[in-house]
Amino acid sequence: MGMTFEKKEEGRYMLNVNGYVCPHPQIYTKKALEKMASGDILELFFDNPSSGESIEQMIENDGNELVVKNVDAGQFEWHIQKS
Amino acid sequence: MQQHVADVTTADAAVAKMTLEEEAKRKKKLWALGLLGLFSLISISTFVYNEYYIYLSVYLWFGMIYGMCLQYGRFCFSSAFRDLFAIKVPRMLVGIVIATLLFGLVSAPITAAGLSTFHAAPVSSHAIIAGVFFGIGMVIAGGCASSSLYKTGEGNMNALIVIFSLSLTQALFADVGGWANNFVPEAWTQSALEKGLPASITVTDGWVDQYLAGYVWNNPAITYAELLGMPNASIAGAFVGNLFVGIFVPASLLLALVYALYWRKGYRKKQQKQGKDVSGLKGELAGYWSMITANKRTAIAGMILGIACALHMLVIQGLRVKFGFKNAGTMLERIGWDFGLSVQGTVFDPGYWYVTTQEAQWVGWTLQKMGIENLDNIYFGFVNGIPNPAINPADWMSLALIGGAAIIALYHNEFKFKKPTWETAMWSAIGGAFMGIGSRLGLGCNVGAYFVRVANGDCSGWLFGLGMAGGAYLGVKFFNWWTERKLDKEAEAMGL
Repeated sequence: MGMTFEKKEEGRYMLNVNGYVCPHPQIYTKKALEKMASGDILELFFDNPSSGESIEQMIENDGNELVVKNVDAGQFEWHIQKS
Repeated sequence: MQQHVADVTTADAAVAKMTLEEEAKRKKKLWALGLLGLFSLISISTFVYNEYYIYLSVYLWFGMIYGMCLQYGRFCFSSAFRDLFAIKVPRMLVGIVIATLLFGLVSAPITAAGLSTFHAAPVSSHAIIAGVFFGIGMVIAGGCASSSLYKTGEGNMNALIVIFSLSLTQALFADVGGWANNFVPEAWTQSALEKGLPASITVTDGWVDQYLAGYVWNNPAITYAELLGMPNASIAGAFVGNLFVGIFVPASLLLALVYALYWRKGYRKKQQKQGKDVSGLKGELAGYWSMITANKRTAIAGMILGIACALHMLVIQGLRVKFGFKNAGTMLERIGWDFGLSVQGTVFDPGYWYVTTQEAQWVGWTLQKMGIENLDNIYFGFVNGIPNPAINPADWMSLALIGGAAIIALYHNEFKFKKPTWETAMWSAIGGAFMGIGSRLGLGCNVGAYFVRVANGDCSGWLFGLGMAGGAYLGVKFFNWWTERKLDKEAEAMGL
């Protein structure tokens, strides 16, 4: 299982970094967001809790918005809207 | 009617799913309680068997506190530098500085009273070089030596590979001789011979032996207090020399630098967007404070960690005085566990938080049992020994650290058994090996060579940290290239 970055529909992307540990999830998220346009949504799937802390602050620092934040049994599903 | 039946069925399924989820969470909490019970049982039963075991239990319970703090605060020294360079997030660096300051603050009176278990390490450029190796390794591995322990407690098997790699590399590196002797400068060999080590230590055969006895030991082991001409065990030495000059000043400068380079711009932009005034000193101080308190979870964990580290030293010293020994080797001999003691009768017994040596020791013990002689090197044979892992005090600390992290992860429903992929396993093994080499060159890891040393005013601590930051920068450069390359392929397919 590797990293997948897909376009789900216009303005909506999905990045799956399940199985990856630090620093992969945060670096992939940063780079995926850089490639997207303002207003686009990134659905992010990861399972490394410590990456979440860093990603959350990165989202805030960059002025993006965390619109969905789900966690269940160590599986994280976050939706990020790029500013 | 059909619509109604469908609604009811969907609602029933949702309720059933919720019940299953609640049941799974309840089971995890029970596992957490079970682990806590197990560690309590170990402590009580061993104490009843022999009161000396309380010494090992102290390591155990502080290890558990460390594990709980690390997991709760996602405390990772690798993240401190890596996230700063990779994604410009300073939360972990701030957490570590808070922990270091508090550790130093609580340590200072203990040091002033002459009750500290801490010993300074030799200071020279070797600490920077070792830090570079370690820094590269911790970024590639995905975590430092201590976070690999707590992540193992979260069910992350990549972290377990890091521990295995780090342990094995250290044990092999500490013992490598033969061909490696060709890379030892003659001056080191001569200087090592002059140290007059016991005959059982073959000091001229082994790269690390000659590096230690022929080079590292020739450098002064000094604290900031001693540098300023004050004894450590004095109010002035402990508070002014070690705490103020050695920790507070450099830590404040570091935080100010991080604020100016990584936090200020984003903070002011956000505040101005909300129409708030950020001008003048008041605005700068508010910005600085917002950086300190940005991640409360990390800050709280840092505070508890710092205080626990200092108390650990105090409790261990108290027990040494009570039982009348200076090293656990004496205690192990008294209770009949005399295999694997060093030639001086000692074992690794730091008296504070440490990670890497006990990991090298269990591999060293295993190799010895497999017939490989390794008590002829300085690391195992002269200083630390290779006691049975079952009664190695520092091993109790590391295992309890994993357990403590597991308890918090289970309790918060964050425990997940994570199987490595070939790619992540490869990074874990390579990173662990780099950290293993860095640890032996620097006589410790992010905890032993950096955190504990900085907090106790040892001049070599910041040098190792500087090297770690440099190594982390190189590691991030590499991963930026690696991830960009992979993501570009996916993005191209989408026309991005």
